[in-house]
Amino acid sequence: MTNTNNDAMQVEDDASSPEVMRIFYQRIYPFKSIFTWLNHEHQPSKLFKYREFAFTLPGDVYLRYNSFLNPEDMKKQVIKLNPSRFEVGAVYSGMPKDKKTLRPGMFQPTLRELVFDIDMTDYDSIRTCCSGKGICKRCWGFIAAAVEVLDQALRTQFGWKHLLWVYSGRRGIHLWISDEEAMMLTDEQRKAVMGWLEVIKGGKEQVKKVNVRTWKTFASNTARAPQPTSGETDEKKPPSAEGGRGALHPALLAALDSLKANFQELILDDQDCFASEDGWKVLLELIPDKTIRSALQEAWASDSDKSSSDKWIDFKREVKLHLKNAPHKKATLTAAMEDIILQYTYPRLDAEVSKHRNHLLKAPFCVHPSTGRVCVPIDPSKVHDFDPETVPTVGQLLRELNEVTDPENQHHSDWEKTSLKPYVDMLDKHAANLIAERLIVKKEEGKSNYSW
Amino acid sequence: MFSARSRITAQSSTTNGGTTSTFNTDSFGLRYPHRLNFYSVPPKEDITIEDFEIWAIDRLRVLGEIESSFVRNRSMDEMKRVTQAQCKKYLPLNANSAVAVDRDAERRKDHVSHFVLRLAFCRSEELRYRFIKTEMMLFKLRYDEHADELNAFVSSLGLGFNSVGSDELKQYEAELRAASIAPLHTDIGKETFYKVRWTKVPDLIERRKVFLHNGMAYVHSSDQSSMVFQAFQANLEKQLEQTAKALPRLDEDNRILPILENLSQGFIAGVPSEYASADETGDGVTADMIDEMARKHWPLCMRNLHDTLRKERHLKHYGRLQYGLFLKVIGLSIEEAIVFWRKAFGNITDDKFSKEYKYNIRHSYGLEGRRHNYPAKSCQMILTTNQPGVSESHGCPYRHFSPDNLEAALLSTYGSQGFTRNDLPEIMSDVKSSHYHVACTRVFEITHGIKKGEGIGGGESVTHPNQYTARSRELEKASSGDGMVVD
Repeated sequence: MTNTNNDAMQVEDDASSPEVMRIFYQRIYPFKSIFTWLNHEHQPSKLFKYREFAFTLPGDVYLRYNSFLNPEDMKKQVIKLNPSRFEVGAVYSGMPKDKKTLRPGMFQPTLRELVFDIDMTDYDSIRTCCSGKGICKRCWGFIAAAVEVLDQALRTQFGWKHLLWVYSGRRGIHLWISDEEAMMLTDEQRKAVMGWLEVIKGGKEQVKKVNVRTWKTFASNTARAPQPTSGETDEKKPPSAEGGRGALHPALLAALDSLKANFQELILDDQDCFASEDGWKVLLELIPDKTIRSALQEAWASDSDKSSSDKWIDFKREVKLHLKNAPHKKATLTAAMEDIILQYTYPRLDAEVSKHRNHLLKAPFCVHPSTGRVCVPIDPSKVHDFDPETVPTVGQLLRELNEVTDPENQHHSDWEKTSLKPYVDMLDKHAANLIAERLIVKKEEGKSNYSW
Repeated sequence: MFSARSRITAQSSTTNGGTTSTFNTDSFGLRYPHRLNFYSVPPKEDITIEDFEIWAIDRLRVLGEIESSFVRNRSMDEMKRVTQAQCKKYLPLNANSAVAVDRDAERRKDHVSHFVLRLAFCRSEELRYRFIKTEMMLFKLRYDEHADELNAFVSSLGLGFNSVGSDELKQYEAELRAASIAPLHTDIGKETFYKVRWTKVPDLIERRKVFLHNGMAYVHSSDQSSMVFQAFQANLEKQLEQTAKALPRLDEDNRILPILENLSQGFIAGVPSEYASADETGDGVTADMIDEMARKHWPLCMRNLHDTLRKERHLKHYGRLQYGLFLKVIGLSIEEAIVFWRKAFGNITDDKFSKEYKYNIRHSYGLEGRRHNYPAKSCQMILTTNQPGVSESHGCPYRHFSPDNLEAALLSTYGSQGFTRNDLPEIMSDVKSSHYHVACTRVFEITHGIKKGEGIGGGESVTHPNQYTARSRELEKASSGDGMVVD
């Protein structure tokens, strides 16, 4: 239990209590908003009716292939089954609840938001403030850096407009992209997007996790130059050719620009990643030059109190010194420095979630069972100011409702009286943009073959 | 799906119509001027029912090999090597420069066989998917060969790629240079880039090989192949769906549908070679050799039949049929076969044996009744016909055993040949995904100490129990031969 006000612990605070969840669904959960967001118009379409929902019931019961005719039907069923949380899946070629009556070939996922999942656990090897399930305002810096990069890449490179970022309720963030093109992507194309975006690769046993450089070949007979790996001596590197080696792809250059600032603030100042011996040893392993490595090793081993920021300055100074004697190494060392920045700050994506149309992802505004926090949308331009510990919990929301002195007048939009309102408003605004675009498409119907 | 797709088909109809007049300028004077085919236009001339079937089977062998390469995680190079070997054997396709070869005949076979298989594979979502995936790979593998002829082929398709104007090139010059693997001309205006929606070149996106802006990928002319592949796939997907819709209305005279039915099953077990009579290696197999040979060379299906026969001193009808024909092809003569079965059926009288079983044995050797020389059953037959009922032991253990029993059978049968518990997960996952012949091939590799992916030789998969056994015996001969040299 991560709840902070333990002494004032009340019934409402227990998100695992079925009673609490039932009241939450009855009075607070914004079914109408969720419906409009998924449906792209006011009249229930296949986008909603053929959509899979999966329920997690107490006792680890998992109910797949639920579907609903309209938001009222959805609310009724959710209250009846009272799940601890539920997930949203793909739009299928038939109603998921009729799956058993359809011929196997006739039930295929057809459309689906492109989704992303970033989880704090993937940062465990570099974050120093918390580990495992814990998350604080400080670790959120990693997520904020990731959101900044991804949001920009998806909008400018892929040209998508309808991105909804949602806090996952504990230690991560989800992204739902609802653009027409993104909805229609095949699994193969989804995989391609992940290939484009993924930079951090390799398991625990691989120190250098960034290998994204294209080594340009100037001799026409060599097809492919080998990728540099950590710890490799300089002699093994591909032959140097001025200006041609190890250029970063423009997409990654753009990411690097916004990550540089984050690196100083987040990695050096706040997280102080190279303070501990384990921390700076990793840094040393990422430096591809023996002379620099041993000079730094000596300096840092004797001075255990040196901050990360100072160590980074040491590193930059050593590089400068070294380049005086060996100017031809500039490209290699600059590349190494950039790769270190990428390795510590570039978004770490859970790729499997995004690759398949039929993957399920927790619906916005669900309650995280262990923290009690509601999965609220986040404005990506303010993501750096977001503090997961200020997100309303289900207990807080129910208390706020109790303070409203009009018990006679309970209706479905009770969330308006709680601190959930700004978040629901955010989703409504997002959905309104989708509806507006859908209207334009509908007007052009006949020209376009975008039909649900 | 994507609106631009329809344009591709409309414009590419000039590819291979068989209209000779258009291509008279071609120096080779061929009806099929290009080695590769986009298969936009179906063949229109008459074709014999034999060619119809045989050509399709030949193509199926090639596609089957590609598919099993996917399943067995072969590297691209390996897949290329294996597929090219199969192509050479069954579906050769020579370059225009190969004047000595009847290139038109080869290309016609390629053309016709593709369309026959379309008919066979258009009928379900799954078959369509597998067909597209393998045809696409075949096209890619062929595309890489004979690069000199490619340009003429690609321009004949008229795919209408939009090249990027010089103003735009200048605007994005830095990005284009940084995104390109190969160094570009110092004057960017001299380079050709195409601008396409990124969804058309997912493979380039996945490998981060292009500059991407606002959903448009800037593809360098050297990466044009990606766009061609995508167009090929889109074209095929669309036409397969049309074929599927048209198939029920086909005015058919009952000769073609059974063939198609049979062809579409080819993917389940690969295409077997015909094993109808004793193979040459089986010189003088006698009844008393069977026990030892079974232990060393039989695939699991035959081991199971053999062990059941020994344990119960009897086999049910289909078991006798499956095992008896297998033994015949191994090289067991009719006399030895009668000895073998007489001894094996320990619980019955001579009289009963002669009356009830001897006739059937002689029948299967083509000595009674129809006097037909029955071939041994292939994996495909074993997998798909006469499913075993309760208390019957024939069939394919990989398919017809429950997972627990299969695991136990594998360990007890092949434990002495180096099969360990650690090998089980891999085999069981093949079985779970219904790739029974892959599981069997892998067991062959493990028990014969062969490198993964080699299969029963040259990367081929098991498609016939006799092929399994023949290869196993060859290996044994080869190793004992080596031994003698060393001595």
